Amino acid sequence: MMAGLSREKTANIVLALLLLGVPLAAVAAGEPFYVTLATRIVILALAAIGLNIALGLGGLVSFGHAAFFGLGGYVAGILATHAFNGETVLFGLPSTTSMPVIWLVAVVLCGLVALPIGAISLRTSGVYFIMITLAFAQMIYYFAVSWPDYGGEDGLSLYVRNTFPGVNTAQPLPYFLVCLGVLAAAVCLFWLLRGSRFGAALEAARQNTTRLSAVGIAPFNIKLVAFVISAMVTGLAGALFADLNRFVSPSMASWQMSGELIVLIILGGKGRLFGPIAGAIVYVLFEFALGGITERWQFFLGLMLLGVVLFARGGLLGLVAGRARHD
Amino acid sequence: MSAALLIEQLLNGLQLGVMLFLIAAGLTLIFGVMGLINLAHGSLYMIGAFACAAVAAATGSFWIGLAASLAAAAAAGALMEVVIVRRLYERDHLDQVLATFALILILSEGTRWIFGSFPLYLDIPPLLQGAVPLPGGGQYQLYRLAIIGVGIVVAIGLYLLISRTRLGMRIRAGETDREMIAALGVDIRTLYTVVFALGAALAGLAGAMVGALQSVQVGMGEPALILAFVVIVIGGIGSIKGALVGAVLVGIVDTMGRFLLPKLLALALPASQANMVGAALASMLIYIVMAMILAFKPRGLFAGHG
Repeated sequence: MMAGLSREKTANIVLALLLLGVPLAAVAAGEPFYVTLATRIVILALAAIGLNIALGLGGLVSFGHAAFFGLGGYVAGILATHAFNGETVLFGLPSTTSMPVIWLVAVVLCGLVALPIGAISLRTSGVYFIMITLAFAQMIYYFAVSWPDYGGEDGLSLYVRNTFPGVNTAQPLPYFLVCLGVLAAAVCLFWLLRGSRFGAALEAARQNTTRLSAVGIAPFNIKLVAFVISAMVTGLAGALFADLNRFVSPSMASWQMSGELIVLIILGGKGRLFGPIAGAIVYVLFEFALGGITERWQFFLGLMLLGVVLFARGGLLGLVAGRARHD
Repeated sequence: MSAALLIEQLLNGLQLGVMLFLIAAGLTLIFGVMGLINLAHGSLYMIGAFACAAVAAATGSFWIGLAASLAAAAAAGALMEVVIVRRLYERDHLDQVLATFALILILSEGTRWIFGSFPLYLDIPPLLQGAVPLPGGGQYQLYRLAIIGVGIVVAIGLYLLISRTRLGMRIRAGETDREMIAALGVDIRTLYTVVFALGAALAGLAGAMVGALQSVQVGMGEPALILAFVVIVIGGIGSIKGALVGAVLVGIVDTMGRFLLPKLLALALPASQANMVGAALASMLIYIVMAMILAFKPRGLFAGHG
């Protein structure tokens, strides 16, 4: 039946159908809770797709992407809180509850923050890069913790979910579909990037920077652009996540969150188009299923993760579809 | 602001620096010799603190607890190396980060399983209670001075171990060329386990000593780990000298920043705002210092073999 398709493509189609079909079935069955769970999967997958641009395509192991996730979340939280109180934001700029505007601000802000962070971090490589990105994320985390105006350590609640033109976002299913649409756009972006001249240069930068410089392309610029795009996508996911929970706190920018994002990618399969989606599905379902049985679910998550790293090196999609072409 | 207060804060910074050195020395040694980035190093620090608190509570003696913390952390480190970490040396940094991240989850939840969610408390031993007078008036906790002393002794001991002993010679050889010393007939697997256990014991010692200053709880390891990362990145990964300089720098910058920044800002801003902005800036200060150092010296102050 699927003779013309590779096993990875078949797996991708199955994942996409599941992601759309299960929430629709849940609504039909009168179980809206599962829609919220699916929305969580979609948003985490989006954040991980962002990181996958840097990590999977560019080989840049950023251990600080939670900073952008948190920044995006705070953009949604801060703009909406001021709008609710009828105030303006910093320097008299207008506040808003319109999602498209919030997304735009989140994406631009994350890009602006990622630019200097990337420019400094990319002067280093290897283990230094891992640690310096972690340190920058900690800087933003502690800033959020120690800034009392927006809740400090306690975080910030959104009174109502922000609005999207023509959609009733307060309902679980419409909001899920909005998020799914964004995820689909991000998957397309990842696919386009990977196939483009830029993607080829990034791949070359990952494999051999010396050769790339020798053909006249500066690896630094390529990597920096990848890092900035990557941060923007993760920041957008952060804004969606804040709206999903109607809550944002420094924990969104914590180092554990950065670790989780890497985990999602590796669970699913590094550098693969649907890797983060497979990873997010498994992670959230694992958390949900095991979290219901034991509060020690992280213990078993750790064991599973250790097993994947030691024995299933291509991630879950690697098990299904064989070795990735990016390896 | 009196001179005594300033000296007290400087000593606090030095004490924090010494603690960070104990953690960072193991971390940097493990990276230098085995090329491994070990996120679970903070868990070994936590294990040391828990072992000390539990044994001290059971026996009534801080000193037996301290010995237990060294033994427990070294044993946990050796076990970790033999069972899991050994398989990671040939992997890339990403796999190492993930596997040791998984170890953090396992060790944190495992500790919570055994000891429960409530923090344990550890008293300062009677011998080290009390305070010593400072020049210029004021007093300073004897226990904190003792920690600084232990740190200095460990730094000298490590220096002698690495520069003067046969084990140290092998460690240096391992940092320079792993394949070569294995080819020369040194049992490299045992050497790796010994280095890992040594690093773990130092982290456990730090955990036990800090345990008497703050509560002993799950999750205490990670903030310390991240600070230790900052230390070794500043110092140059793989360099023990770098770890020492970086640790003292981070300890003093962090403590003095929290102490002085709000006061400095109060000269320009209203008091409430100065406190808020000062606290926010101070919590970011060491990361700013690190970014500045790396912007000029991407491989740290004393570049190692990383």
